[in-house]
Amino acid sequence: MNFILKMAWRDSRASRRRLALFSLSIVLGIAALTGIGSMGENLRRTVELQTKSLLGSDLAVTARKPFDEEAMKYFRGVGGEVATEVAFATQLNFTKGAGERKLVQLVAMSGGFPFYGELVTTPAGALAQLADGQSALLEETLLVQFGVQVGDEVRLGAGTFKVAGALKKIPGDAAVIALFSPRVFISPAAMEATGLLKKDGFARHRVHLKLRPGVDGDALARTMKERFQGARFQFDTVEERKRQLGTTLKDIYSFLSLVGFVALFLGAVGVASAVHVYIKQKVATVAVLRCLGASGRTGFAIYLVQGIGLGVVGSAVGAALGVAVQFVLPVVMKDFLPFEVELFIAWASLAKGAAAGLVICVLFTLLPLLTVRRVSPLVALRSALGETARLDPLTPVVYVAITAAVLGFAILQTGHWQTGLGFTGMMALGFGLLGGLAKLVSWAAKKFVPRKPLTYVVRQGLANLHRPNNRTVLLLLSLGLGTFLMINLVLVRATILDKIMGVGAGARPNLMFFDVQDDQYPQLEKILKDTGTPITVSAPIVTMKIASIRGQPVAELLQDETKVLTRAGAAKEAKGGKGGGLAARFGGGANASQPARDSGRIPSWTLTREYRSSYRGKIDETEKISAGQWIGRAKAGEPRVPVSVEEGLAKDLQLALGDEIVFDVQGVPMRTYVASFRTVEWQRMQPNFFVLFPEGVLEPAPKTFAAAVRAATPADAARAQAAVARELPGISAIDLALILQTFDGIFAKVAFVITFMAGFTVVTGIVVLVGAILTGRFQRIKETVLLRTLGATRRQLTQIQLVEYAVLGVLATVTGGVLAIAGNALLAHYVFKTSVSLPVPALLASMAAAVAVTVITGLLANRGVADHPPLEVLRNET
Amino acid sequence: MSDQSMLKVERLTKTYRTAAGGDLTVLREVSFDLRAGASVAIVGPSGSGKTTLLGLCAGLDRPSSGTVEIAGESIGEMNEDARALVRNAQVGFVFQNFQLIPTLTALENVLVPVELAGDSTREPEARELLGRVGLGARCDHYPVQLSGGEQQRVALARAFMNRPKILFCDEPTGNLDGDTAAAMVELIFGLNREKGTTLVLVTHDLELAKKCGRIIRLKGGVVVSDEVA
Ligand SMILES: Nc1ncnc2c1ncn2[C@@H]1O[C@H](COP(=O)(O)OP(=O)(O)OP(=O)(O)O)[C@@H](O)[C@H]1O
Ligand SMILES: [Mg+2]
Repeated sequence: MNFILKMAWRDSRASRRRLALFSLSIVLGIAALTGIGSMGENLRRTVELQTKSLLGSDLAVTARKPFDEEAMKYFRGVGGEVATEVAFATQLNFTKGAGERKLVQLVAMSGGFPFYGELVTTPAGALAQLADGQSALLEETLLVQFGVQVGDEVRLGAGTFKVAGALKKIPGDAAVIALFSPRVFISPAAMEATGLLKKDGFARHRVHLKLRPGVDGDALARTMKERFQGARFQFDTVEERKRQLGTTLKDIYSFLSLVGFVALFLGAVGVASAVHVYIKQKVATVAVLRCLGASGRTGFAIYLVQGIGLGVVGSAVGAALGVAVQFVLPVVMKDFLPFEVELFIAWASLAKGAAAGLVICVLFTLLPLLTVRRVSPLVALRSALGETARLDPLTPVVYVAITAAVLGFAILQTGHWQTGLGFTGMMALGFGLLGGLAKLVSWAAKKFVPRKPLTYVVRQGLANLHRPNNRTVLLLLSLGLGTFLMINLVLVRATILDKIMGVGAGARPNLMFFDVQDDQYPQLEKILKDTGTPITVSAPIVTMKIASIRGQPVAELLQDETKVLTRAGAAKEAKGGKGGGLAARFGGGANASQPARDSGRIPSWTLTREYRSSYRGKIDETEKISAGQWIGRAKAGEPRVPVSVEEGLAKDLQLALGDEIVFDVQGVPMRTYVASFRTVEWQRMQPNFFVLFPEGVLEPAPKTFAAAVRAATPADAARAQAAVARELPGISAIDLALILQTFDGIFAKVAFVITFMAGFTVVTGIVVLVGAILTGRFQRIKETVLLRTLGATRRQLTQIQLVEYAVLGVLATVTGGVLAIAGNALLAHYVFKTSVSLPVPALLASMAAAVAVTVITGLLANRGVADHPPLEVLRNET
Repeated sequence: MSDQSMLKVERLTKTYRTAAGGDLTVLREVSFDLRAGASVAIVGPSGSGKTTLLGLCAGLDRPSSGTVEIAGESIGEMNEDARALVRNAQVGFVFQNFQLIPTLTALENVLVPVELAGDSTREPEARELLGRVGLGARCDHYPVQLSGGEQQRVALARAFMNRPKILFCDEPTGNLDGDTAAAMVELIFGLNREKGTTLVLVTHDLELAKKCGRIIRLKGGVVVSDEVA
């Protein structure tokens, strides 16, 4: 043992510089991995905070009547902070001009709400004025639409209020309820004084809780549900809001894990190829040791010690570098970072990264190391190659161990065993494909290269692909896997950014118009076009009620307590966003009725509500048919109309495909059947519908339109609203910017982190490519020098190399590119559940870059050999 | 010393399979027996199988058929690691192409055989040995910093280090000038005399061959003569 350590140390002396070069790839890989881990953790915290501002608190409890003393006591006993809010719909009367009226949500708040995020007003600080009992804050759209100014008076019930300012941004609550009628804030005392707050079930009472750190809001909500079973409480938690943020956050974390995985594997590939070459050169040394009486195990142990040393040092330096990056980066990039990076070191992810790096590094080193066990002492007799050793029985064992480690790491990293399995499978496929390709290339180079028409250098370059001691397998594997992982990252980045931007930002509409009458639509279209905010999405809306399901009239169904859940239904209705009687929903989960669904009964509100349905020829890209068949046009003369029902509602109504529903379309019965179920991406800010009709049925019915536009700036939005209010006063407008700001903020951060991480990892990949080529050079160095000795010119040597590197570079890159495209498609389909983006220019650019890096590095690496006197090189390159 | 057989080779045959699929027999039915303390020179033209024979005798390779016994132990039946132990304990070897470990200094190269056996107290002896081969001042030099002849002398010192019972030398004086060669030969035969080390030399140098008690001539892998000098 003593000897092994001593020998390992002594033997490494001469090659420390080279060992350092080898470890560079693992150092960068681990730096990237740990950096990503911490950056991801950072992002997670930032987003967490932002997400909390979607609700404004950790947990909100809503009821249709004031909370009793018992409940309030309970809330206060939870610990943390409590704020209350009362809101109801009422008429706002403008005293100015023609005395217009508008249905608004009147809100009174007390306590420190919002606990997260910010309530923004103009002028700033206007909120404090509410305390005088005579001031009101109006949502900005109201000021714009009705030309009201700060200081003007408005009337609410018996009270007169001075407009203290405009509400620009309100955390929480935005997504579901208040959307369809703008909000007006006054103080609780003033609300009492208006005399509007009369009966139970009329106002919405809400308690906001800010929990102490570490308290699980979801768990608390469940406890309260048990505790206050009789009360009709609704619970909103941050977790739920996060679910509403859709799959986006999940995607980000999946992507970050992918990047970490890729970073580590680039490092591993680099180390494995370097060690492979290193060990080949050590064969002679091992043979001599064997002659002098060392056992196979001793030789193996010597280099294993070196490998472990390499891994330990590499991981430690890599982890240190990862930490350094986190410290330096925010300072250097302060002006570019779209968010503040808290300086904290995620020790857990650091330790995880370093440990994973060490294990993977050692395992990958083990593979080339195994040959050491089989080195015959005979090699010392002739410097030629020993007889080809039989397969080492340990080789499959090491392969299994590597696979297990890769799989374990992938699962740990992604948190899903399927995804981990997929990653591992893809890596194995790439490995097999490239290995097979290498064999094929060697074989073809031997078999098919013609002598005649080719010049000596080309022949020599091609022959290099198959001659003994060739590096075809090594370079194809390392270059191929390297480019595969890198290009994959570039592609996945595009795919996921497209998906996020599709849902999140850019072209999303942020201003909507409702109650547009049939004959007003062309005019609206023109007005909006003239103001520079053309309509991007619009939909006709026809209101209707359900008359019967499967032949059973609604009135009859409602009598049946075993089938219909009436009590919770009332509460549900409050939550379902009936404020403006709109069926088009914005935000809010399709899960709203989970408790009713759990009870196995139909929530009554789904039967009694007014449905605002639309008709279309084809389904939207935000929708997916989950069962049945979409029919875009009703056949003339068919007695029943095929409709598509949103999946969540279908579950609530306990519908099956083919079930008959008779709708009451403003007095006219309409027989339909359920032709398909549809999932709807509710978080898209655009008109979405529970029930969709085909074209050719509802056109003659009385209908209104909803239209959405994208306003680039708040000023544009205000201008469009003012223009519409002036010419078509009956149309209501909703400014979604209030909600979108939060979303946009999150998405901008996420996009930045994705781009940054991908970039960092691609740099690692380039280092690995360069490293692979540099180590490959050692394999041919003697030969190159001998050719020089025999009189080859530098030009000829360069050309020989050029041929070899070009062939390998192109083959590796093309294979890597194809694998990357496949990987991206699989990831898009199975992990990110979106359509594949294939940015062809980026793909071609990265492939060209990979080939260029290969060839240029190859040539540069060779310059050193060609420039120095042969003797010096022969003596020194050991 | 004793009548005990130190190296016994019987009907040793080595056949290589060539790339074309044919067989190439480079040693055919070679037999000889060597008592402890004896010395033998193996001579023959280039390619006649000398190095191959030496390798087989030292247990560096497996014969296609026939047996090799070192100090009464048949090494043909041992596995590689067991043979390694025998080599470490009994055998010294000087290669035609020196085979120093390039990453170790001269001194460290010499120390390898004893350190392998777990003995790390022999540094003074190693320095003394290097001094005897005229390299006392070069202990800390790496092989690339030494000339071919100097490397060969380091290899010789290394072969002596484990006090082998039998020493195999493949062209030990091939790279040396007359004076240095004579000094090396003196060293080798001194060992033979003092410690009773059995010597097996491969050489082209007939003068050297005559110093051995016995000369075996090889030609085309067959023993053509085996005579006492
Ligand atoms: N691995 C091998 N495959 C095929 N033939 C081999 C192999 N190793 C050695 N030979 C052949 O065996 C024969 C004997 O080789 P060996 O090295 O023993 O000769 P030698 O007598 O030591 O020659 P020299 O005096 O030149 O060193 C040679 O013809 C050589 O080509
Ligand atoms: Mg020879």
